[in-house]
Amino acid sequence: MAFAGFMFYIFAAITVACGVMVITSRNPVHSVLYLILAFFNAAGLFVLIGAEFLAMILVVVYVGAVAVLFLFVVMMLDVNFVALRKGVKKYVYIGATLGGVLFVELALAATSWTLGPDVATLTLGPVAGEVHNTRAIGQVIYTDYIYLFQGAGMILLVAMLGAIVLTLRSRPGVKKQVIADQVNRSSKDEVTVVKVPTGSGV
Amino acid sequence: MAELFDGIWWSGYVWPTILTVLLIVAIMVPILIAVAYLTLAERKVIGWMQLRKGPNVVGPFGLLQPLADGLKLMLKETVIPSGANPVLFLIAPMLTFILALIAWAVIPFDEGWVLADINVGVLYLFAISSLGVYGIIIAGWASNSKYAFLGALRSAAQMVSYEVSIGFVIVTVLICVGSLNLSDIVRAQAGGGFWNWYFLPLLPMFVVFVISALAETNRAPFDLPEAEAELVSGYNVEYSAMAFALFFLGEYANMILMSGMTTVLFLGGWLPPFDIAPFTWVPGPIWFALKIAFVLFIFLWVRATFPRYRYDQLMRLGWKVFLPLSLFWVIATAGFLVAFDLLPNAAN
Repeated sequence: MAFAGFMFYIFAAITVACGVMVITSRNPVHSVLYLILAFFNAAGLFVLIGAEFLAMILVVVYVGAVAVLFLFVVMMLDVNFVALRKGVKKYVYIGATLGGVLFVELALAATSWTLGPDVATLTLGPVAGEVHNTRAIGQVIYTDYIYLFQGAGMILLVAMLGAIVLTLRSRPGVKKQVIADQVNRSSKDEVTVVKVPTGSGV
Repeated sequence: MAELFDGIWWSGYVWPTILTVLLIVAIMVPILIAVAYLTLAERKVIGWMQLRKGPNVVGPFGLLQPLADGLKLMLKETVIPSGANPVLFLIAPMLTFILALIAWAVIPFDEGWVLADINVGVLYLFAISSLGVYGIIIAGWASNSKYAFLGALRSAAQMVSYEVSIGFVIVTVLICVGSLNLSDIVRAQAGGGFWNWYFLPLLPMFVVFVISALAETNRAPFDLPEAEAELVSGYNVEYSAMAFALFFLGEYANMILMSGMTTVLFLGGWLPPFDIAPFTWVPGPIWFALKIAFVLFIFLWVRATFPRYRYDQLMRLGWKVFLPLSLFWVIATAGFLVAFDLLPNAAN
């Protein structure tokens, strides 16, 4: 246990330090890289509490896909970040308020398990430790809450369609490769063998 | 103080640490040797396919060529371009190489021969292989060079695209197995011979996986990130000496890793092709290595055979062919298993 506690403090300290670096580093690419490191350490914390499935999904989805696209976009941004930082003082109060609310909510969620005696009875899913957590998550998402899950999927689909509709534009006169057409061409239709008499051309 | 050195301290912390380090070395050393000789094998195989001899000067049959190459790269100077971001520039090759090696922690070489027999082994492999893109994209950005950056962008888009179909292929196998543990996946293919391995019942998925593995490791015909004809050498154009060597080794280690993954998922891991006497005498790790070598041969064969894809064709293949096909196959497999009541009943 002592070792697990030690690892917890290492992961937690690195996560917090990375979080600080995300908002303080001057270079936005460095910010994203620190964010990735923070994700990674959060995955480590998940492993420590025995939620290895969530840890791996966090790495696959956030580090492996979402953050790659972040990095992709941020690397190609051509914004003067010094100018952007000028108005930072205006947003400090809003940011601090949001952060404060979030912190209080997290603290409430974390402490209510021990302070409120009847909170534990509210859980619907299987209790961790009794079943393999991959199966537990599958049970909760795909069996108990299947309609909500499908609803969330629909919302994401609509969002995706919206993004496509907004960016899709039809440009006339652009040649596109149609592979089926290319494959379906036969030499009989396209090639004619001509006998060329000397001196007269085709 | 005395308690620190009695049983718990020694048997609980020190001895497991020593044992794990020894096991890691026992896995790493063969892999590094395999990586070195894969470079030779590639040059030899492609040489033969092009009616050449390949390297044959250094040592008998050119067998010392990888060592000579390694020595040469070690003696050269690591040049850091003046416009580069030096820290990220040096982290990128290390990251590529480390990620290619840590994935081996969950690969089962034989029944019980696995460093970390974790429940979510497949997801771990998938997670690690999806991180491989960072080495390349950081290298491209930190080099502060247009060629390198273009290579990195290509690579990022390509690897993210093909990961999607790899994910669906893995899901198909998982539906058949009912477990995320790699040893369980191999065990599910046991009992009988090679016709029990998943490459036959899931043949389209096997093909999709092998092709996606080519794209995921940036190998020909999907080697656009380092397309030497248009991008000089892509993301690693600014790298020299050992920094370049780490990229090179990382790429080859990734090839071996993806071959290992193919072997575990589709070719029955350590299992012999026939469950009868002369084949069962051969130890499991040897079958495992032979199957990896076979898949690697396909990698090399493809490189010697096909021209490079154009970028839009690459994206079309990933998103418009493989993604719908693998999605369909996931649903078809699940439907088949449910309809005939063949769903695996995992322990917990």
